[in-house]
Amino acid sequence: MPTRRALGIPAALCALLLVCVLSLGIGALPLAPSAVWHGLTDPASSPYAVVHQTRLPRTLLGLLAGTALGLAGAVMQALTRNPLADPGLLGVNAGASAAVVTATALLGISSLGGYIWFALGGAALVSVLIYAIGGGGSSTPARLALAGTAVNAALYSYVGAVELLDTDALDKMRFWTVGSIADAEPGSVVRITPFILVGVLLALGCAKPLNTLALGDDAATALGGKPALTRAVAIVAIVLLCGSATAACGPIVFVGLMVPQIAARITGPDLRWLLPYSAILAPVLLLGADIVGRVVARPSELEVGIVTAVVGGPVFLLTVVGRRA
Amino acid sequence: MKRSTLVSAIFVALAAVAAFRTVDIGQFSGSGVTEADAFVIDQLLLPRILTAVLAGSALALAGAVVQSVTRNPLGSPDVLGFTQGAATGALVGILAFGGGVVAVAASAWIGAVGSAAAVYLVTRRGGVTGGAKLILVGIGVAAILSGVNEYLITRANIVDAAAASLWITGSLDGSSWSGVVILAVATALLAPPILLAARSLRVLELGDDLATGLGLRGERVRLLTLTGAVLLAATAASQTGPVAFVALCAPHLARGLTRRTGPNLVPTLLLGAALMQWADYLAQHAIPNRELPVGVVTGVLGGSYLVYLLAHQRKTGRI
Repeated sequence: MPTRRALGIPAALCALLLVCVLSLGIGALPLAPSAVWHGLTDPASSPYAVVHQTRLPRTLLGLLAGTALGLAGAVMQALTRNPLADPGLLGVNAGASAAVVTATALLGISSLGGYIWFALGGAALVSVLIYAIGGGGSSTPARLALAGTAVNAALYSYVGAVELLDTDALDKMRFWTVGSIADAEPGSVVRITPFILVGVLLALGCAKPLNTLALGDDAATALGGKPALTRAVAIVAIVLLCGSATAACGPIVFVGLMVPQIAARITGPDLRWLLPYSAILAPVLLLGADIVGRVVARPSELEVGIVTAVVGGPVFLLTVVGRRA
Repeated sequence: MKRSTLVSAIFVALAAVAAFRTVDIGQFSGSGVTEADAFVIDQLLLPRILTAVLAGSALALAGAVVQSVTRNPLGSPDVLGFTQGAATGALVGILAFGGGVVAVAASAWIGAVGSAAAVYLVTRRGGVTGGAKLILVGIGVAAILSGVNEYLITRANIVDAAAASLWITGSLDGSSWSGVVILAVATALLAPPILLAARSLRVLELGDDLATGLGLRGERVRLLTLTGAVLLAATAASQTGPVAFVALCAPHLARGLTRRTGPNLVPTLLLGAALMQWADYLAQHAIPNRELPVGVVTGVLGGSYLVYLLAHQRKTGRI
């Protein structure tokens, strides 16, 4: 196990590099890797515009959002001791969506810089709510998932109501609610980067305390941990990661569920390894799904949120059917 | 008089009052009823009232059955991937078959029943279907289908997208006599067998082992009652769209008011009829000069009730 997880990091990084190159190269105008390189470095070359204006922001946003969602999922699963926790399924992304829809339709805010604060607020509210009603660290998977589904249903019926009253909002929001990184702009990438960086640092910093917390509150306290502080920091990390990712891409489901489970196969339950692995593998999955979306429905594209839902759903079902309830 | 009988009578009275209020909305209850008034009452208001009564009671009954079978107070047909399945069907009806009333209703019905069947079959592959597994599989299927739905909505033009999102919210505006007949036939065929199964459901709530010991075939009872519930709810949804939370809330309110344990089917059914009508009344009057679809009211009120319920159930340790 130890050698495998040490060797796995370079392998995972290679996979990440590969999907980044593919993500820069594949699309309506296919580019060979050498052309991608020229496009990146040489302002005079013909692919420069395509690479810098659309593919590069899209890939960077995929990297950031993937890392955010994967880490958030892993922290969430550790915090709730629940293998089925996912920011999308538990309604955190829906909370951000509801807040963004409110901001767009009722207050007329339409720039990312304006509504990212709403997204963070909505994500924070729902995280605390779900954590409280789902029963904190003692929840069963079904209880937590049901609490999430219920909150999801309530929030999306609110979103639906706002959209019904305001057709303009519907027209804008129906694309955003799918979850897509296709229309990434350099500005939005820059805008969410600080939030995600802080979130990543907080999440990685939680790894060791969360490991201790897995032994139970009493044991963790005896070992010098502060369970309440650990939980608070972990929730702040989840909110920062999910809120900013959702603000930039719309709600994307299942990335946070799948990646930590795949990563745990390699690393085992130690979060000091599991969290970095999730952070590297999640963008591989998200960019991979985005590339699949660009290829399968030519000449148009499938949004990445649709691909992850359709691919991730069966993975979720296999997990559920495979485990002993 | 038994408390549950009294409470049931109150539910019936509430439903009746709501019906009179709905007719009164148009100020037709006075003495001189003109021909135009008669037309409005006969062709618009009566079908609307009857659709609300039948669809509300169908959804509530289905909710009570699913909660009993999953042994979970948060169960409802929605956890069987039902809402998303109905929506997928309706979207296909709107986008592929031009959005005719019959086409949308039929394909929504097929979508709802199909997704529920898929959830049941996937769950069964993993062993028995009771309890948490059914819920988790339902959530997974619902997530896949909502991906499909979002895809369909983004590919539609804005008129179709607005129609679809109105349909998914659930509305009584399209009520017609033909819909009432379909609902009445479905209720007449499906509700009596479900009501007769109440005793078996009650025994099954004790757990499969005990139920088997008492001579009950648990899996068969589950399959039959769930099938009845899904068919009933699918018929309701095909006429009104999947109106949120009626199926989830009615059993809880009924249980709280009758203070009875068990599936509590008859009071739940009556309460469903009253709830749907009052929600519709509110939807038409909450904002002056602006009629909302009934699903907005049930969604917002039901959602708030649900949050209260979650907190409360958590305190008493039931979920």
